[in-house]
Amino acid sequence: MSVLLIAEHNNKNLKPFTLNAITAASKIDPEVHVLVAGSGSESVAKEAASIPLVKKVLHCDSPNYQNYLPENLAPLVTKHSEKYDHIVASANTFGKNFMPRVAAALDTSQVSDIIKVNSPDTFVRPIYAGNAFATVKSNDKKRCVTIRPTSFEPAPKTGGSAQIEKVDAADVPNFSKFVKREETKSERPELGTARIVVSGGRGLESGENFKLITDIADKLNAAVGASRAAVDAGYISNDHQVGQTGKVVVPDLYIAVGISGAIQHLAGMKESKIIVAINKDGEAPIFSIADYGLEADLFKALPEFLSELNKLNTIQK
Amino acid sequence: MKILVAVKRVIDYNVQIRVKEDGSGVHTDNVKMSTNPPDDNATEESVKLKESGKVKEIVAVTIGDDKAQETVRKALAVGADRGIHVKSDTYIEPLGIAKILKKVVEKEKPDMVFLGKQAIDDDCNQTGQMLAAMLNWPQATFSSKVTLKDKSMEIVREIDEGLETVEVNLPAVVTCDLRLNEPRYASLPNIMKAKKKPIDQMIAKDLGVDITNRVQQLKVEEPPKRKAGIKVANVAELVSKLKNEAKVI
Repeated sequence: MSVLLIAEHNNKNLKPFTLNAITAASKIDPEVHVLVAGSGSESVAKEAASIPLVKKVLHCDSPNYQNYLPENLAPLVTKHSEKYDHIVASANTFGKNFMPRVAAALDTSQVSDIIKVNSPDTFVRPIYAGNAFATVKSNDKKRCVTIRPTSFEPAPKTGGSAQIEKVDAADVPNFSKFVKREETKSERPELGTARIVVSGGRGLESGENFKLITDIADKLNAAVGASRAAVDAGYISNDHQVGQTGKVVVPDLYIAVGISGAIQHLAGMKESKIIVAINKDGEAPIFSIADYGLEADLFKALPEFLSELNKLNTIQK
Repeated sequence: MKILVAVKRVIDYNVQIRVKEDGSGVHTDNVKMSTNPPDDNATEESVKLKESGKVKEIVAVTIGDDKAQETVRKALAVGADRGIHVKSDTYIEPLGIAKILKKVVEKEKPDMVFLGKQAIDDDCNQTGQMLAAMLNWPQATFSSKVTLKDKSMEIVREIDEGLETVEVNLPAVVTCDLRLNEPRYASLPNIMKAKKKPIDQMIAKDLGVDITNRVQQLKVEEPPKRKAGIKVANVAELVSKLKNEAKVI
């Protein structure tokens, strides 16, 4: 009776959302074991072992797991799943990619993207872009669950000393190959975990104009987000997209600029604590969920906003 | 080469859904339905590959009630050659859908299966990956660029950190992102022609696979509503509210 959580990492450090997933896993069952599969990933196994909520770390190190190809990772998870009632991962592009392969191999029906644990078999998950919440009960004996990270607090990182057990690798099928990864490097906070997010939409009209957004973001030490329209138009790269098929963010402050507020965008940000909308169209749907709405031309409002922020003595970091 | 493209009928993406008062689900009567948006991208990519001369045949498949055939007709109207309708009048979860699609793949023997990366109704994001696992095929999920080679595909995938490129041997499953391409509209003559293209019918429960749902939906409810906000007159008022009232900057 325990949970196996699959850690997301870059072979050096755990990715932050793994901590949120650990919190959720511990609500399913306090006996949380973490599988670290990677290449040259000893430091990750140690990091996982120091998390107090983690009771045991399974560590499998092999070049086959360096890039978490789902064709390689899923058989490893399946191989070590026998003793566990729950297999858990974050519902981001990492977990979404491999977990259904595990579920299919185990002939179990996956429960995706849960936002609440009611009991070990009953969960709440958003459907229809978060316009409805479904309470679902899994009748499978073994359950594969992915967790919406922003719905759970990150687990404390230090103070634990779980045992690290080396485990065997699984056979790999050799029919897929990692070629390259182009990660967008940024000095700004990560979109998924930032306290403040400043997002731009089609109203920005060009990629150059996104500087108006990034200037504000830098002043507030915020992450930069975007609507799908802005990404589709090529104003900014895909990793900034907030929405139903992009990232879900829950910052303390979300500032939506030149974003009309399509259902699909709202799905990714409407749980934010404070929402600000700046839009010249007073009828834009974004205003219906904004705590503070400013009906204005963004090309005038944003420079003014920056100069007002510059006047403040202190800005919370 | 041959492509199987899977399409699903869902509530149209522009519809503001309404939750039923008894908590049993959402209203679907007299609600506009259409093809799941990324499934249109899957169809479009298949048609482009056929136009490039590398693909000879596209078979479009859907699983659902009689009206689900509309999604196959739409795929036929933009360039699929023939259709398959697997009839089921009840909801089937992704695990069961993947099992049915596996049966269809075994019959049709395609080199590639294209699907949308996620259905916008249940937001599960599972079917393509499950199908790939059941077939013991490689997969490329969230694809935003597909390059077909002789025996493999090079695929650019949209991931949280940016973009990732993978190469998968054929046969393979590809799940499509909305940015993969721009789905075309069907012309009227092509819509008329599509009416003559054949759609084979199968019955889901006769396929010999276990499609019993394992996840029980206990209730569906509206998410908590946000309190109504206010409009501010100018930027100075906005900054003052954020600083002194909301205390977030």
